[in-house]
Amino acid sequence: MKSLKNHISLIIALFTVLFSVQIYVAVDRTIGAYENRLKNDYSIVVVSNKVLNPHDFKAMDSIIERSEPIATDQVLKRLQGEMTKKNLDLLKLTLPKFYRVYLSRFPTPEEIQKLQKKLEKNPGIERVEGYAQTHDTVYKLMLLFKDVVQIFSIAIAAVTSLLILKEMRLWQFQHADRMSIMALFGAPVWLRSAVLFRLAIVDAIIATVVLCLAFFLIDQYGWMDLLLRTVGISIQLFDFIHDGFRSLLIALGVSIILTLTIVIGSEEEE
Amino acid sequence: MDKVIIAENLSLSYKEFETIISKASFSIDAGAFVFVTGASGSGKSTLLKSLYGAIEPRAGQLMVGGVKMNRISTSKLNFLRRHIGIVFQDYKLIKEWTIEKNVMLPLIISGYTKDISGPQVQKLLGHVKLIHQAGKYPPELSGGEQQRVAMARALAHNPILILADEPTGNLDEYSSEVIWNLLEGANTQLKTTIVVVTHRIPSSIKVPYKHYHIEMGNIHEVS
Repeated sequence: MKSLKNHISLIIALFTVLFSVQIYVAVDRTIGAYENRLKNDYSIVVVSNKVLNPHDFKAMDSIIERSEPIATDQVLKRLQGEMTKKNLDLLKLTLPKFYRVYLSRFPTPEEIQKLQKKLEKNPGIERVEGYAQTHDTVYKLMLLFKDVVQIFSIAIAAVTSLLILKEMRLWQFQHADRMSIMALFGAPVWLRSAVLFRLAIVDAIIATVVLCLAFFLIDQYGWMDLLLRTVGISIQLFDFIHDGFRSLLIALGVSIILTLTIVIGSEEEE
Repeated sequence: MDKVIIAENLSLSYKEFETIISKASFSIDAGAFVFVTGASGSGKSTLLKSLYGAIEPRAGQLMVGGVKMNRISTSKLNFLRRHIGIVFQDYKLIKEWTIEKNVMLPLIISGYTKDISGPQVQKLLGHVKLIHQAGKYPPELSGGEQQRVAMARALAHNPILILADEPTGNLDEYSSEVIWNLLEGANTQLKTTIVVVTHRIPSSIKVPYKHYHIEMGNIHEVS
């Protein structure tokens, strides 16, 4: 019973580390998907007094993915009743060309400002509207959210690592008799500590299985997916092969490194 | 004759300004049977501890099996211990392991597979009359039986030296006899060097032996 309690303590601690890492990964994926959505919706408006084709824009900066002219027909149609055809034709000739420029990725506010200045330097381009302020607010909010989650994950990982260390110290005390007897017969430190490593590896595997099970249930329940769909995002919260394998590696890495810390520490004490 | 143990001006203590054994010089030949006697607290167990590297010499020189014990490295100490068999008064058996696995311990440490170690363990358990208890755990056995298991473990890897600390201290007559017979057998048949720390030398001992006595921190041979 006592042994089961010790196992559960380590499994919970490892599960917490894995869960916080996976949450960070999921948030990163969500923000990535959101960035992609913003990127698709986001464009810069360029006003030019000469005709520019997509190649001209692409040549101006590598971040520019495509461009399309903004049709002025709608505006002119509205003016049809108020102006004579002659004036309208004249206006059509003098009216600058409007373009919507799409970018290959979601830019930072600095990148927008830089691009804006770069475009404005081009002869013919009269005005560039980057909507930097709106963009800036959304972007900064997203970065803040990402940073908060990252800090939170690191804090959880640090605290649980300390808990795991403490748990392993307990294991070491529990197995101290066996380890000291083995030492009397010349067992090298890795053989003496084999029981600690075995326990750590078994618990790492169990913690990973529990994590997979937890995300399977979240996926089955569907509320997280529903929540994300309401903001127009669809992502895979947990990829059972890729994320499962990474979680197993993290769990094994954390438990083995912490066991090594205990083992090396105790060897120095001897 | 080869010397298994050589001590020159050996001083032992646990604290800096304390002396348990003072400037002792003695040597033990390979294949010898040696008794070390002395009153309680005289330093018999401390001397034995120094022979398997549990404490380091405070001063002087100590060589065991050709290995210098002063400032010995962990790897050298492990190597030496793999060639020594130790029997403790409190048995020091691993409670969570079966009797069979306990006896197998030195062979596991030396890297022998079960194919080799299995028959050896069975043979030894036969010698200590515990073959029927192989699957049991130490707490299920009496003190005498546990010491016989410890004896079988000490012999499992055919050590060059067996160190025994009061091996029959709390045992019944039958178990004591089994232990002394095994120690004598290892000495006469396998030429294993035996060092036994005890209060009293048993009268039943048939092999020739050397006797050292510790008194007031000094070790002297009793003729």
